[in-house]
Amino acid sequence: MSRSGVQISVQDLTHRYSSRGPVTFDQVNLESKPGEVLAIIGRSGCGKSTLLHIMAGLLAPTSGSIRLNNIEVKEPSPKWVMMFQAPHLFPWMQVSQNVGIGLKFANFAEDKIRERVEKTIKLVDLEEFAESNVQDLSGGQQQRVALARSLVMEPEMLLLDEPFSALDAFTRASLQKDVRSIAKSMGINLVIVTHSIDEAVLMADRAVIMAGSPGKIKEEIMVELPEERTAQDPEVQKIRGHLMETFRQASTATH
Amino acid sequence: MIDKAQESEGFAKTWLIDRIAFPVIGFAILIGLWAIGGWFLEINPATSSFVKFGLVPTLKAVPGLVESGYVAEHVIASGYRLAIGLFLAILIGVPIGIAIGLSKITEQVTNEPFQLLRMVSPLSWMPIVVFVFPKWDQAIIFLIAVAAIWPVIYATAAGLKKVDPAWFKVSKNLGASFHKMLAQVIFPAIAFDIFTGIRLALGVAWVVLVPAELLGVSSGLGYAIKDARETLAYDHLTAMVVVIGIIGFTLDTIVGVLVKKYSWQKDV
Repeated sequence: MSRSGVQISVQDLTHRYSSRGPVTFDQVNLESKPGEVLAIIGRSGCGKSTLLHIMAGLLAPTSGSIRLNNIEVKEPSPKWVMMFQAPHLFPWMQVSQNVGIGLKFANFAEDKIRERVEKTIKLVDLEEFAESNVQDLSGGQQQRVALARSLVMEPEMLLLDEPFSALDAFTRASLQKDVRSIAKSMGINLVIVTHSIDEAVLMADRAVIMAGSPGKIKEEIMVELPEERTAQDPEVQKIRGHLMETFRQASTATH
Repeated sequence: MIDKAQESEGFAKTWLIDRIAFPVIGFAILIGLWAIGGWFLEINPATSSFVKFGLVPTLKAVPGLVESGYVAEHVIASGYRLAIGLFLAILIGVPIGIAIGLSKITEQVTNEPFQLLRMVSPLSWMPIVVFVFPKWDQAIIFLIAVAAIWPVIYATAAGLKKVDPAWFKVSKNLGASFHKMLAQVIFPAIAFDIFTGIRLALGVAWVVLVPAELLGVSSGLGYAIKDARETLAYDHLTAMVVVIGIIGFTLDTIVGVLVKKYSWQKDV
């Protein structure tokens, strides 16, 4: 698959869980270019996860809209898929069955499912575990299966809700790198919600800082770095410092 | 260090003791007690007319009953009623269990009435169902279904409550319709619980079947026992009791294998 991604437009998005409840976030506006990796950084409770659930069509906004090119996101679709903090794999299935489940939901033919599953399992480096039960895998391997389960749908937008936060540092670093490069190679827009500034710098092309209650977008920063980045690079350190300072200011201004 | 051959030999030995030796000892004790009981009946002049209840007369009666087709005839009649009754209990019980497991309101609405109905002995419906159903067969099938439905309903509902809600979210996220979710996620997730419910239901149904067949019908294992008692053929009576035990044990073992097969939890 070779695509260039989609233009994501979030316009005047507001959300509250009930009509009398507090506003989760207010008038959020975001733009993300085709194929871009957008990171949303914020403290717990600022509404970033809720925003991601709305972008996945799993929650309805109170007002405002989300568009991918000109298609409005109103319900879940294989075109915009979310990857969660925990892998939530189906434990009675093998790796290949877990990966192919979305294609089964979408009534793909068995041979097409097999072909796509094989390709995607290879992409996430799990060929030798294809026929293993997912309960026999490590946490990092399980998260790779969850990634493959999302990628196999060939989505236009992949939403990641702090997907590496439960993993050890080495596994996290390798997955951060792999997810970015796979998304770039497949032309998938990535939207990642994280509270880790390091993760945002290592993965994103654009980072937005969300803060306050109700949550608002406080700052938007372009992360113009080469594809090959490590936490030790001076440029990475510089942007990290800038993001950290902006994050601190945004957080203190709202407390 | 223990090598693999030793380890596997040790495992085979443990399996042989646990799965073969202990059950054989248990059965030997049971048969021994039966033989002693028969001997007591024999030596006591007051009970000598019941001597055919003993082990030896019963074992002598079994081949004749099998060869004449008597056992098969009654087993088929009972098996038909059991199968239909159990099938109806599963057909109605599983969807109700799923509805209770998925919806808090359904659970709240059904809980009290179901608990009340559950506590009514299935056989106490007998005088009513003989009026309702034109045939005895139908009445017995109804009684079996009434007895078997509760374990199916509650095991299915309990299974659904253990299902990780995130699986529904993941499925929805991947574009699953409710039907797809039911077939690909809900049923495989709760298959173990459904089969556990069926295993319990089978036990209850089997227990209800025999007394239900004591009335009205002229076939089935319950009828065979009644017939043997009325003709004072005590060796036939105990032979049929043995047949009931063996069939019940076999059915339970088969469903037990299915329970194990559909268990996806590694520690079960």
